Amino acid sequence: MGATAARDGPDMTNARNQILGGIRASLKRDVLPPARVAELEARLKGQARGPVPARARDLDRAALIDLFEKQAHLVQCSVARVAALDDVPGELARYLKSQNLPSQVEMSPDPTLDRVDWSRAPMLEIARGKPSGAEGVGVTSALAGVAETATLMIPSGATSPSTMNFLPDTHVVVLPASRVVGPLEDAWMKLRGTVTGELAAATMPRTVNLITGPSRTGDIEQKMEMGAHGPRRLHLIVVEDADVA
Amino acid sequence: MIHSTSNAFKANAHDGLANPTLQSALAKMKVGFPNRRSEAIARLPEFDALRDRSRDIKNHVLENLDWYLERFEARVREAGGLVHWARTPDEARAIILGICKRLDAKIVTKGKSMISEEIGLNGFLAANGIEPVETDLGEYIIQLRNETPSHIIAPAVHLTKAAIEADFRRVHTHLDAKRDLTEPATLVAEARGILRQRYFQADVGITGANFLIAETGSSVIVTNEGNGDLTQLLPKAHVVIASLEKIVPTLEDASTILRVLGRSATGQEMSVYTTFSTGPKREADLDGPREYHVVLLDNGRSALLGTEFQDILRCIRCGACMNHCPVYAAVGGHAYGWVYPGPMGAVLTPSLIGVENAKHLPNASTFCGKCESVCPMHIPLPKMMRHYRVREWRQNLTPRGARLGLGIWAWTAKRPGIYHALTSMAMRVLGWLGRRHGSFFNLPLAGGWTATREFPAPQGQTFQAQWARRQRAMGRT
Repeated sequence: MGATAARDGPDMTNARNQILGGIRASLKRDVLPPARVAELEARLKGQARGPVPARARDLDRAALIDLFEKQAHLVQCSVARVAALDDVPGELARYLKSQNLPSQVEMSPDPTLDRVDWSRAPMLEIARGKPSGAEGVGVTSALAGVAETATLMIPSGATSPSTMNFLPDTHVVVLPASRVVGPLEDAWMKLRGTVTGELAAATMPRTVNLITGPSRTGDIEQKMEMGAHGPRRLHLIVVEDADVA
Repeated sequence: MIHSTSNAFKANAHDGLANPTLQSALAKMKVGFPNRRSEAIARLPEFDALRDRSRDIKNHVLENLDWYLERFEARVREAGGLVHWARTPDEARAIILGICKRLDAKIVTKGKSMISEEIGLNGFLAANGIEPVETDLGEYIIQLRNETPSHIIAPAVHLTKAAIEADFRRVHTHLDAKRDLTEPATLVAEARGILRQRYFQADVGITGANFLIAETGSSVIVTNEGNGDLTQLLPKAHVVIASLEKIVPTLEDASTILRVLGRSATGQEMSVYTTFSTGPKREADLDGPREYHVVLLDNGRSALLGTEFQDILRCIRCGACMNHCPVYAAVGGHAYGWVYPGPMGAVLTPSLIGVENAKHLPNASTFCGKCESVCPMHIPLPKMMRHYRVREWRQNLTPRGARLGLGIWAWTAKRPGIYHALTSMAMRVLGWLGRRHGSFFNLPLAGGWTATREFPAPQGQTFQAQWARRQRAMGRT
């Protein structure tokens, strides 16, 4: 991309130097001295947290899941709790029927979903892979559920196409209870844990979606309407079996 | 840069006041947004601590902005993306056009971006044979009408559903003319269907950024509709257009500011979609753009550092200042005449296009102070408007009548003896003249007031005189 990029713009190096020089001139200083740079590097690595809401701190597993569920209802999600992964197919079938939705679903090739015995709900027609673009039902997992605000963290990857979170009309998320964390910062810790500790640009997934409720818009006369461009329904299936990581 | 009519603020404001549709939208807005914000804040005892921390984060970034920008750029490159530097709107547009041409783009989808409005990107792309398609519902509607946003987070807030229905019928002529479009839900569904096809047709997707993260080289968008995500995931290239003060150091810093952003904007604890984008799609990824570009725009912002206007660079574009502003609530966003309305616009507009081109905006304030009190980033907006009024005075931009009047007032105000004598005489005369009706229908030198309403007659004594009398009566001297 480097070779073609030079053609993209006019005189980029000059613009870059002028902007950075202009910033330093306005701040009445030169390039930062090495000692200051070391402080800033340390700040970047320190992952220091700001004030974390008390509502999301020091909760045990049961309280975390209760808070997650309560917050989820506030943002127009539906929530079902099931005991084990093998209860997921039945719950999915029940949910689809309750919403008068067809039994064809598109499903991310997610390893968590691989562990579900889908033959337990033989009426489901499951297509694994990335979404077709049709307005149907999409099923994914999530890396974390943030109890503070009922926010799902879904990073992209070889088994997680981000478009599955947006193209289907109905989004169903299978979330093991062990992945429910308190504040948003704990979800970043989880994401850092899936890489090597420090989240460098090369290890950051291309897309990290934080999703809090179904798509909506208030752009017409300030009246809230669901399903603006993304899913109009978001159904969360929390798997309470503590052994499911 | 888009054309400004900020110098026509008075005429624009007059139009706004006389527009009944706008007035009913504003009446709904000035109740809805503040109520939702205060309910959300009541649920979060840490809100003020988060505001303080958010302010400190941005101040820290601004003091070290050059280093953070270079660090961000290095991270973007590590992830396989590119950062482009633009001093001016011209340069930003040329960079984006260059990317579009190299990819032979015919259609460009766009997430909502105020920087795109600032550089007038849509008109420029269209003039170069590329069709820009706004995908945020409000932006889509105003694009159909060839209008500019009237609010930074609710661009079509000034329109009724009947007006939107008429626009949809005018433009979506391939659909059944007899279809029912009377409810917002049917309008939303129609726009959804039309834009769904556009995402797949687009060659390039352009979004703005709420944050740029130095730690990871990520850009962040905060939306409720999901349009910004389909805009960036489906085309060949994702182009981010952002001004350079959007940097925050870490994911934790972004988390802190996110807690004040949604609550201040719409009263949401989190907006529906907060998306962190880092570089192009990875080898094994099943979807995502093949190219990732960040266009960093300065457009005069670096010159604000180290000045009395530096604090405006903390702004996170939540819109709380305009949602709570009595002037915005009276005249609407279009009266401000450029991209950014309301109190933040009254400060940012003269900063970016020059006080001589926006001289009325810093005066479009009652100095009630509500904007500063609700600002999640503690930006001293009234103080900065005052700085602009001073600058305007020094540059001789204030109209001659106002200069004369203010000059006379200042002369007397600095001489308390004369001031008291003149005001108590005026109160006595006006009190006596107005004793019959209790008000005046016209008054010399106050025609601006009495043209549209009566001027109440004073009761004959100045406040200071009454105060002194009461203090004496209470035995205090």
